[in-house]
Amino acid sequence: MNAVSVEHVTKVFNTGRADEVTALSDVDLHVGQGEFVSLIGPSGCGKSTLLRLIADLTPPTTGTVTVAGGSAGEARRRQAYGIAFQQAGLFEWRTVARNVELPLELHGAGRAQRRSRAREMLDLVGLGDFAGHYPAQLSGGMQQRVAIARALAVSPPLLLMDEPFGALDEMTRERLQGELLGICAATRTSTVFVTHSISEAVFLSDRVVVMSPRPGRIVTAVDVALPARDEAARQSPAFFAAITAVRQALRGAADGANATTVPAAAS
Amino acid sequence: MTRRWWTAALPPVVVGVALLVAWELTVTLGRIAPFIVPAPSAIWRELVAQRVNVWEASLASGANALIGLVGGTVAGVLAALAASRFRPLAEVSLPFAAVLNALPIIALAPILNNMFESTSSVPRRLVAGIIVFFPVFINTLRGLREVNPLHRELLDSYGAGGWTFARKVRLPGALPHLFTGLRQASSLAVIAAVVAEYFGGLQNGLGSRITSAASFTAYPRAWAFVVGACLLGLVFYLSALLLERLAMPWKSRLIT
Repeated sequence: MNAVSVEHVTKVFNTGRADEVTALSDVDLHVGQGEFVSLIGPSGCGKSTLLRLIADLTPPTTGTVTVAGGSAGEARRRQAYGIAFQQAGLFEWRTVARNVELPLELHGAGRAQRRSRAREMLDLVGLGDFAGHYPAQLSGGMQQRVAIARALAVSPPLLLMDEPFGALDEMTRERLQGELLGICAATRTSTVFVTHSISEAVFLSDRVVVMSPRPGRIVTAVDVALPARDEAARQSPAFFAAITAVRQALRGAADGANATTVPAAAS
Repeated sequence: MTRRWWTAALPPVVVGVALLVAWELTVTLGRIAPFIVPAPSAIWRELVAQRVNVWEASLASGANALIGLVGGTVAGVLAALAASRFRPLAEVSLPFAAVLNALPIIALAPILNNMFESTSSVPRRLVAGIIVFFPVFINTLRGLREVNPLHRELLDSYGAGGWTFARKVRLPGALPHLFTGLRQASSLAVIAAVVAEYFGGLQNGLGSRITSAASFTAYPRAWAFVVGACLLGLVFYLSALLLERLAMPWKSRLIT
């Protein structure tokens, strides 16, 4: 059973109006259990829309989205995924620990269980000492780590991330990438990760899915086989080869969009 | 910390003392008649002499203002909750609230006084409550409507419904706005409770003492009660500030 199956999905915004936009056109995407898949493409190619379809935050116009064997709506209602966005989106009136507890609270978990779970998650992202702080007292990178801890709090089998490191500086970004990989490996979580950055996509992913400009289609998927995901991997020939492959696919996608036909090669 | 507090408090204290001295000198040296403005020293003497009366009148006016403030705030918050939950209700209620605000509510006092017995405290409390309602309603409604779209999406992703969303996100998010309204309302409540007495009704608060002292040409005494009203308003305002701080510990700096 796939963690995520997206089949023949099309998404049209403002149907029938003058400003009708086809955001996604006939997209197929399958994410295996424990697989880390990145979506990459130029701005406005619909990669965030695709993520929001998987999260059931917006319905597809046609096609089906299956998450963990059920509909995306079912998966959302039983909190089968954790989600993090570019902005941390913490609740400023809750302490760090109570922010992490919120999804558990809505899940009906008891107080003691919430406490210990939040503690555990904060230790995982290295913020155990900041449980009692308010979000405004933390730096942007720390807030983002809290958001990741919150996304992981219910131990979801699937993690959906929409440019979670986009607003961070390069140093923090690389450190958090390492932490995220460690967490995903330890918890065997499947991940769909939206990003603008080629190197980030390649470093994190088992597979990088390249999308074309509007209307968004999947152009190709580049499999990344790095021996290990550590600092040395960032210097390895396999890393650079994969970066080149993704870059060429992106360039091809941009050229293809200018031409009349777009190859709809999907993985 | 103490030093910072002192450096912040020093300038207004110095300016205040300087103004009092200038006032005293202007009145005594300029031989200004006490019915125009009495000297601060004369007002102070009256304040000390009348301290029991000022205290009792302040208690009466303070109770009226407090009851009006609490009632008006509760009504304002409930109305804002209802209006934020049902959009048509907001569209209907906002013009009404605007009309209510444009109305010189203090002018209702004589009418309300005639509606109730002359020994009733209800008219003054009603005036205070109505005056409080508007700033609390408008500010809270604004806060309830200003929801971070990301918070909306997050709660959607948790499968949380309307009521849970209102309780976990809308209400705490609206608290800063609610307190902005309450701060404005706290001073207004005192003004309303004092001024409402000018128009009749039960005469045991600061308003009636000011008018009766003035009609006996005891101007320094009238001013002593005005000082009492001023202090009462200050107590209300500072209490609202304190409450705001206690209710929102995540906001470390409020006054500055």
